[in-house]
Amino acid sequence: MLAYLIRRLVFSVPIVFGVMLVTFFLFFVVQSPTAMARRILGQKATPQAVENWLHNRGYDKPLLVNTRSGEAVYDTLFVSQMKRLVTFDLGNSDVSGRPLRDVFASGVLPSLLITVPAFFVGFLMALGVSLYLVFVRDSLLDVVATLLCVALMSVPPMVYIIFGQYLVAQQLNYLPAFGFSLQGLSTVKFLFLPVGLMVISGIGAEVRLYRALFLEELGQDYIRTARAKGLSSTRVLMVHVLKNGMINLITVVVASLPFLIMGSVVMENFFGIPGLGNVLFSAIQASDFAVVQASVFLGSLLHLGGLLLTDLCYAWVDPRIRFQ
Amino acid sequence: MIVFAYVWVGAFGLQGDGLLDKASLLAERIWFQNALIFGAYALLACLLWRGSRLERWVSAWKRLRRDWIGMGSLGLIVVFLAVGTLDLVQLPIKEGKQTALDALSAFVVTESGYSAPLATHTLSLSNPTKLIGHHLLGTDALGRDTLVRTLKGARTALLIGGLTSVIYIPIGVLLGILAGYYRRWVDDLVQYAYSTIASVPEILMLVAILMVLGKGLVSMALALGLTGWVGMARMIRGETLRQVERPYVAAAQALGQSNWKIMTRHLVPNVMHLVVIKFVLGFSGLVLAEAILSYLGVGSPVGTASWGAMIDASRSELSREPMVWWNLAASATALFLLVLSLNVFGDSLRRAFDPRRG
Repeated sequence: MLAYLIRRLVFSVPIVFGVMLVTFFLFFVVQSPTAMARRILGQKATPQAVENWLHNRGYDKPLLVNTRSGEAVYDTLFVSQMKRLVTFDLGNSDVSGRPLRDVFASGVLPSLLITVPAFFVGFLMALGVSLYLVFVRDSLLDVVATLLCVALMSVPPMVYIIFGQYLVAQQLNYLPAFGFSLQGLSTVKFLFLPVGLMVISGIGAEVRLYRALFLEELGQDYIRTARAKGLSSTRVLMVHVLKNGMINLITVVVASLPFLIMGSVVMENFFGIPGLGNVLFSAIQASDFAVVQASVFLGSLLHLGGLLLTDLCYAWVDPRIRFQ
Repeated sequence: MIVFAYVWVGAFGLQGDGLLDKASLLAERIWFQNALIFGAYALLACLLWRGSRLERWVSAWKRLRRDWIGMGSLGLIVVFLAVGTLDLVQLPIKEGKQTALDALSAFVVTESGYSAPLATHTLSLSNPTKLIGHHLLGTDALGRDTLVRTLKGARTALLIGGLTSVIYIPIGVLLGILAGYYRRWVDDLVQYAYSTIASVPEILMLVAILMVLGKGLVSMALALGLTGWVGMARMIRGETLRQVERPYVAAAQALGQSNWKIMTRHLVPNVMHLVVIKFVLGFSGLVLAEAILSYLGVGSPVGTASWGAMIDASRSELSREPMVWWNLAASATALFLLVLSLNVFGDSLRRAFDPRRG
């Protein structure tokens, strides 16, 4: 197992390097550091101010090859940026100057408070509904429910939120729509609406996916054998299909776990939750390139972590898989 | 790769947004836009004509015709296509730009502010003024007819979906087939490229590209295209790996056909139905993505009639007194109907092409 883990880790090194290359190309080559400085400092900034800004961040170095006399050939922007990322030195925000480490650290908890409950509630609900739909497959209920799922996933997430906030919070006044704070019971009460909306906006796609996975499992030969043996369809579904379908489900579900940290941009922005999604949103509004660049790097690390986790889970639940 | 990029930037001066500016300047020309639309429809017609000679496509069409839900959604898609196309075709009359839809809706007058559907006066508590014309779905903050604005939103959705598809489908199909056919190092390279792109969460990648390129329909299509080819390439690679095992490929090789011919004449037609299904289902995702990106403020430029921008604006409209709900209702309904019919039609297509797996 350990050897397998190490080998998988080594395989992801070139991909991390590729991501670093892509971000460097995007943020320093497609758009020159000077153009970036102008956009952050504003059009009225003096050339001197732009130069100072570049110098303070070390952005005035040559891009790839240093040809200036008296300086090392590798003393370039590319090398210094790579070094920074490898050592997890995320630097400071371009706009506020706050260390990015603090900015991200403060956003993790609020994001998780929304996404983790929404994930588990959504998963369990989708699992139940999809199993039932597979049980009554090809009936009118199945057809209607599948169409309803498509309808649910065709509504833009913003519309769910606008309706939820307007109807439940402002008109009926059941739950608060704004004012996130970390204070025991009021936080829990506040979280109901965003979590509920997130479950609704995701459930259509999830049910459809799980239903398809279970149906695929039903087509296997061993199901026919089990039915021929005289097992009831309930038993086949709840024991055999569920157990084997879960193996496929895990690959889909576990990979999304690390993304819970990132939060939901639209949801957090609507409800004023100071999570990582909101950090990204305000970075877009303020053209804060440092935040976006660091998010891309950290986000891809999370994604690779998710893939790794999936492989391990897969190997853990399915004994047929050997770590070759 | 770095060296290549460096030389490229040095030679063409992509610093800032020079190249994109030139591209948008060309895109401003009336003849260029009309030629593009004509080209897109010619491409579609070519594809369908080619498909009509494939046995698999003909039997799929027979199955699809009996599926009334699928045919209904196809009808709705055609309506959206027609409206969007009307607003894409530029008429060479008058100064400035005027589309066919503009000409058709020229009789709709602009009011002085908000007015409810079918109202006779503007929405103002202190001094409501009499409306000049009738507005089936009311007017927005600038007095523009909501129905016309909503219809014009179809153009943005189609433009984003179409442009992005033109970018990502050729890249995805080409790389997928190359990887599946040649395997070995070609496969490794393609897999490396798409794993790298896919390992960046999509929303972050889109935001990063759009922040650098700036707002605009062309840069949005570019960003969505550069991230969107991954799924296509992955799927086509898998299918090609399966197809290469089939005897017809070995037969073609034994007959001495060139690799290129095997790929274009034999493999492409055999994976094309997957491309069409993915194109339809992906289109709905692109329409939704346009709305979300416009909402985040990195999508459509200010002033574009986009459903996402309309939904965004409606946030403050709902809290007005009296409430302005018709802009949200119109744009959200239009967006929902288009995405829904694309999703349903995509599912029907999949069932028609592969009846064994429902």
